[in-house]
Amino acid sequence: MNFDFSDDQKQLRDQARKFLAEKCSPKAVRVVLDGKAPYDKELWKGLAEMGFLGVAIPEEFGGAGAGHLELCVIAEEMGRANAPVPFSSTVYLAAEALLIAGSDAQKKKWLPAIASGEAIGTLALFEGKGNPSPKNVKLTAANGVLNGVKKPVADGAIADFAVVAARTGSSGRDSDISLFLVDLKAGGVEVKSLTNLDPTRGQAEITFKDCKAEPLGAAGEGWSILTQVLDRAAVLCAFEQVGGSDRALEMGRDYALDRIAFGRQIGSFQAVKHMLADMYVSATLARSNSYYGAWALSTNAAELPEAAAAARISATQAFQHCAKNNIQVHGGMGFTWEFDCHMYYRRANAMALGLGSLSYWEDQLIDRMRKKNAA
Amino acid sequence: MNFDDTPQEAEFRATARAWINANAPKQYEEELRKSSLGRTVLKNADILEVAKAWQKKKADAGWACLHWPKEYGGRGSSPIERVIWQQEEGPFGQLSRMFIIGHGMCGPTMMAFAREEHKRTYLPPLASGEKVWCQLFSEPAGGSDVAGLRTRAEKDGDDWVINGQKIWTSGAHYSDYGILLTRTDPTVPKHKGLTMFFLDMKSPGVEVRPIKQASGASDFNEVYFTDVRIPDHQRLGEVGDGWNVSLTTLMNERSAIGAAVSTGFPELFEYCSSLMLDDGPAIEDRAVRSKLANWAVKASGLKYTSMRAISALSKGERPGPENSIGKLVAGSMIQDVATYALDLQGANGVVSGEDAELAGRFQAMLLRAPGTRVEGGTDEIMRNIIAERVLGLPGDIRVDKDVPFNKIPTKGRA
Repeated sequence: MNFDFSDDQKQLRDQARKFLAEKCSPKAVRVVLDGKAPYDKELWKGLAEMGFLGVAIPEEFGGAGAGHLELCVIAEEMGRANAPVPFSSTVYLAAEALLIAGSDAQKKKWLPAIASGEAIGTLALFEGKGNPSPKNVKLTAANGVLNGVKKPVADGAIADFAVVAARTGSSGRDSDISLFLVDLKAGGVEVKSLTNLDPTRGQAEITFKDCKAEPLGAAGEGWSILTQVLDRAAVLCAFEQVGGSDRALEMGRDYALDRIAFGRQIGSFQAVKHMLADMYVSATLARSNSYYGAWALSTNAAELPEAAAAARISATQAFQHCAKNNIQVHGGMGFTWEFDCHMYYRRANAMALGLGSLSYWEDQLIDRMRKKNAA
Repeated sequence: MNFDDTPQEAEFRATARAWINANAPKQYEEELRKSSLGRTVLKNADILEVAKAWQKKKADAGWACLHWPKEYGGRGSSPIERVIWQQEEGPFGQLSRMFIIGHGMCGPTMMAFAREEHKRTYLPPLASGEKVWCQLFSEPAGGSDVAGLRTRAEKDGDDWVINGQKIWTSGAHYSDYGILLTRTDPTVPKHKGLTMFFLDMKSPGVEVRPIKQASGASDFNEVYFTDVRIPDHQRLGEVGDGWNVSLTTLMNERSAIGAAVSTGFPELFEYCSSLMLDDGPAIEDRAVRSKLANWAVKASGLKYTSMRAISALSKGERPGPENSIGKLVAGSMIQDVATYALDLQGANGVVSGEDAELAGRFQAMLLRAPGTRVEGGTDEIMRNIIAERVLGLPGDIRVDKDVPFNKIPTKGRA
């Protein structure tokens, strides 16, 4: 048994960490945070050159063909650096949807463009409040034409194409939903940027008016494909969240060692020590659940749905827990714009919602555990 | 990343499985499987006798104390083989509970500090379960503050004379031997004046009084020493070096890796799967599902944390603080799980024992749970360990540091 990443994968992690430390400093993140750019174009280009965008895309489609364990390793570093780029929407959602359901022509068109950094993709699923569910998809598709509004769409304002969930039936079953691929630069699309909790990763409202779209996967298979895409993205996001948790914990630990109050390092007060210990515990549990998710993802194991939900819940909780208590350790300074704590707090809370809220994943986990127990 | 055994591991597993299959006391399997609450009771048999018989059988076939050297009654196995054995032994491993202190802590301490002839005399019967050992550390004045102990050892010729009292001694009432931490010099700071011994629990002047716990059970004891004589050759380590000797013991306690931690979650999930609430099945209730999901990811997180630790061990890396996490998380979780299970039972949750739902399983869990959060280091000590040893935060301020032991105040309020 070896429940760990390989030496090569750990080397890749070091490489990614070093690259991001250099190209994605908090100062660089702030350019996007302060609204001076919609995302860090230079960093995006650099990630493409390093081969990180296409690490899990097969070589025949312009990727490195390494695999999903390698992508997990990079995801962790993206989270640690709080990278202000459309990595999750493009690589976890759009690329995975194409890998699962794309035709050869669709893969040939979009995957090399993703790997090279030329195309940004996203998933247009949500229509206002509510969790992922077929009944919450109102946007319609008829004769290859879409009509409706999606919001929020992660990175929607900078994306070149979107995978869109649309209603193609009215039976009340999952098979009412089909997926479509839309070139957002073509006609029939109106995009409006939305302010959001985490400005380092934008959100948009996209209105489709008689917009031409090509099917992605078979008609009526949309929900089943989406579920797979969300599960895979849940594991990958969990690694970003684990990276963010670790970074928030480190920031809190470092501050507790540096800051003196009442004549002592504040890290010598048991109340502060115990808060940091609890952050470590939650980050460790999340990491372990995520490793299991990574194994299931990389082997496409039957356990993936359950493992993905567990990783998602655990990592979401850990990142929120670490990010909020990092601010608490920093005291008043932690609440200022000047300190970096709020960037992780924003990211943690935005990520907690992006693939559907905790209640959605709690339901998924229990349903999947019941199914397994019944089997 | 994979979960497959190497060919050698697979072979070891197959051999172990075959032997267990042919030899384990199967008549107790169901009862053992259902009593995963930190306390194993057999209805129609004396558990100590059953446990001793199973341990002896293992020892005779070379399956006792896998990680110990062969010459002292072990098997000389690798850490990963030990874990595989634990997985295969399954519920029968619970029978070893009364030997945990002896095998996990006393034995390794003897190996590190006893004379060779004592090791050869005392360790094989400890490995085979014929003799049971206990560890006499805690005292009324020092629970978490182990070094605050007051039991005195004074030299008298070739013997040491012991006077004082220990408390929370697991299994002292059926133990044959014990390792004992004493104060030999009260005029130096507390960590410097300690000395370790081992002794025969049947020595004159040793009196064991079982403590009735909140749960009603009596797993722990008070042990009184009145002029108990221990020969100097039963000293472990140098005079005044007892603290270092005890650290060896405690480190061994924490490296007992791979043991499955009880969280109460599988029991709760099973319960909620069949329980009907006023509005329908519990498992379909939104609030119940949310609670279950939260505990599910804690339980799986602990499981995979321990698997990561095993992987590290198998690569020859030293065990980290994973076990502190296990006890810390599982301790309060089992308490919360039990509280919640009773809440689901409504007013009837107050009924315990055989008259209660599931024969009072969750009620028993509730009453035992506080102990888990205290024994082997309180939640607070576990958090200190993580904060100091993993995160590198400063140690607690100790106002008794460098103060001679006999000058340390003993009462909070005059």
